[in-house]
Amino acid sequence: MLRTLKTLMYLLTSVALLVSFETGAMAAKKSKTLKKTQKMGFVRCGVSQGLPGFSNADASGNWTGVDVDLCRAVAAATLGDSGKVKFFPLSAKERFTALTSGEIDVLSRNTTWTLSRDADIGLTFVGVNFYDGQGFMVRKSSGITSVNQFKAGVSACTNLGTTTELNMRDFFNSKGIKYEPVTFEKADEVVAAYDAGRCDTYTTDKSGLAAQRIKLSKPNDHIVLPETISKEPLGPVVRQGDAVWEDIVRWSLNVMIEAEEYGITSANADSMKSSDNPAVKRLVGAEGELGAAFGLDNDWSLRIIKQVGNYGESYKRNIADTGILPDRGPNQLWTKGGILYVPPAR
Amino acid sequence: MNHKIKNIIPQLLTLLFVVSVIGFFTINAQLNMDERGIDFGYGFLNQESSFDVQFSLIEYDGSHSYAKAYLVGLLNTILVSVLGIIFCTIIGVIIGIARLSPNYLIRNTAAWYVEFFRNVPLLLQIFFWYYAALRALPLPENTEPIFGVTYLTVKGYYIPRLIWENFDILIYSILAAIISIMFIRNYARKLQEEKGQQLPVLMISAGLLLIFPAITFVTGMVQLEVALPVLKQLSKTSFIYAEGLSVPPELLALVLALSLYTATFVAECVRAGVQGVSKGQKEAAASVGLTPNQILKLVIMPQALRIIIPPTTNQYLNLTKNSSLAAAIAYPDLVLVFAGTALMQTGRAIEIVSITMLTYLTLSLAISLLMNWYNKKIAIKEK
Repeated sequence: MLRTLKTLMYLLTSVALLVSFETGAMAAKKSKTLKKTQKMGFVRCGVSQGLPGFSNADASGNWTGVDVDLCRAVAAATLGDSGKVKFFPLSAKERFTALTSGEIDVLSRNTTWTLSRDADIGLTFVGVNFYDGQGFMVRKSSGITSVNQFKAGVSACTNLGTTTELNMRDFFNSKGIKYEPVTFEKADEVVAAYDAGRCDTYTTDKSGLAAQRIKLSKPNDHIVLPETISKEPLGPVVRQGDAVWEDIVRWSLNVMIEAEEYGITSANADSMKSSDNPAVKRLVGAEGELGAAFGLDNDWSLRIIKQVGNYGESYKRNIADTGILPDRGPNQLWTKGGILYVPPAR
Repeated sequence: MNHKIKNIIPQLLTLLFVVSVIGFFTINAQLNMDERGIDFGYGFLNQESSFDVQFSLIEYDGSHSYAKAYLVGLLNTILVSVLGIIFCTIIGVIIGIARLSPNYLIRNTAAWYVEFFRNVPLLLQIFFWYYAALRALPLPENTEPIFGVTYLTVKGYYIPRLIWENFDILIYSILAAIISIMFIRNYARKLQEEKGQQLPVLMISAGLLLIFPAITFVTGMVQLEVALPVLKQLSKTSFIYAEGLSVPPELLALVLALSLYTATFVAECVRAGVQGVSKGQKEAAASVGLTPNQILKLVIMPQALRIIIPPTTNQYLNLTKNSSLAAAIAYPDLVLVFAGTALMQTGRAIEIVSITMLTYLTLSLAISLLMNWYNKKIAIKEK
């Protein structure tokens, strides 16, 4: 009896030792989050509760949008299949807690990158996938054509727990206008309140205004004022403390943008393997060992481009063709007059 | 000795269990927060909040601290709770007594009211009042006045604003009236006990409460101005009523829903209380020659209240806690302002949620203490 126990103990110890050696060796290359993701077989991605063009589910539960595409890109890179994403629709209020508590691993939910969010609460912003700014929507019949025509007593509907709430105060304060903020947790509730005449104006990021306008009972009775009152760089967020995972998400985004720069699309990605340009060859995995740094194989970026497409394709599919913002504005490549400029993938 | 140890061991084990559970969660939270680079602390309360709140009882804007924003939310929660408790008590007592009415129509209407409002979920009722009833109201420019000077619109209920001068003197005069009433009541009791004479205490009290403040008005010590709501144009098609006071529709919907819902439970408490006093009490009181009013005041109510108060306390507590559903319709209560916007802007979930929970606990305990004190006061005093 005692001997069997001793043998058992011996066995257990050696197994434990083996396991610890293994993980020790892996940790150098692999991140905890990556390992968990590969074990689960899907990427856990936090998205909005419905913002056309960014993250929106259709009647049969299929998610589309540029924010959704980013998560699909991460899934293509880490799991080999862009379909292996589990989406978690989150309100603005829930999003950061969901990420820091480990309920999701990527937050791709039209979230503004600010200093305090980046530095204070255990989050890391990895890049910008949409340059936006806050604007105002009003009824056409009101005759208001500029933000300078707002008068004291104006009521403004917006989302709870957003940078919008803060910008709105800065704006009205600087104009010396007393206003009534009405804040709801869900975007649909904000739109309904504005539609019913509860508020004189609806304020949020301009892309959001353009997208939500479609949901109003008479979209053509409303206009978005020309002024932009803030900078809203929207981008994906990860938890602090897993640098490798952070890099994977950052470079999944960068690869999509750089692929557009070099003219690599989902259709021609395979044929680009025989390109003469080494930068192109690196992006489609025909040269270099870019994936190894993340603990991924060399085709990770090729899969992103083939399965999800480059940034331009994603923008066209989700935002331009749906009529939300046909003009790319600042979200054009730096080579074409926009400000999309990413570090080289090499 | 042995018996004593047997008694102590389970208690020690329970204590150990509670301590280790709390310890586990604390250590777990600490480790995970360290790992994710989140620091813990309440220092943020002194920082500038930089967000505005729709509706506040104290002076507040974004340049004030998070602590002040907390106070704004707390006061709004207390406001909606106090209003809800007052209205649910009034409606509840009326409905409760109506359920005992000999009149078939009154009795059954009251019964249907109770059955209907008690059995529809509260959140649904809040949604009904806010999204269905109040959203269907007209815009300010199309509104017909109610009582001549108030306007019920989709943007809120606009009422006249009272502007007091030397409001504190008015308060003092009312306090003085209350103190004199207490003296007169004492005197009346003495008179009753010694000579069997009765003073019309109620009439005298009401008179004093009117006369004292009236004197301050007549002498010009206290002045009152009334600012009526005036239609103001913000743009071609957008209007509001300025000058007066605006009660936001969110507050209206919440008070309506909370008081109508809780009133059903209060009504049942009242009915149970009155029915709980045995018939013999009333008959005995009548046989010694008390008038019906005296029977109700001196015999029935004191006994009924003993049955009514404890369960009604529970309903008041429920109402206060249910007021946190405010967040669903944008009423800036503690949950929306502090556990909502402030939490979002600072990201300090554990700190803010712990403060909010502690606040509700304190509020509930305060109501409990108050009601227990009242209950003790009216309980049978054994000599």
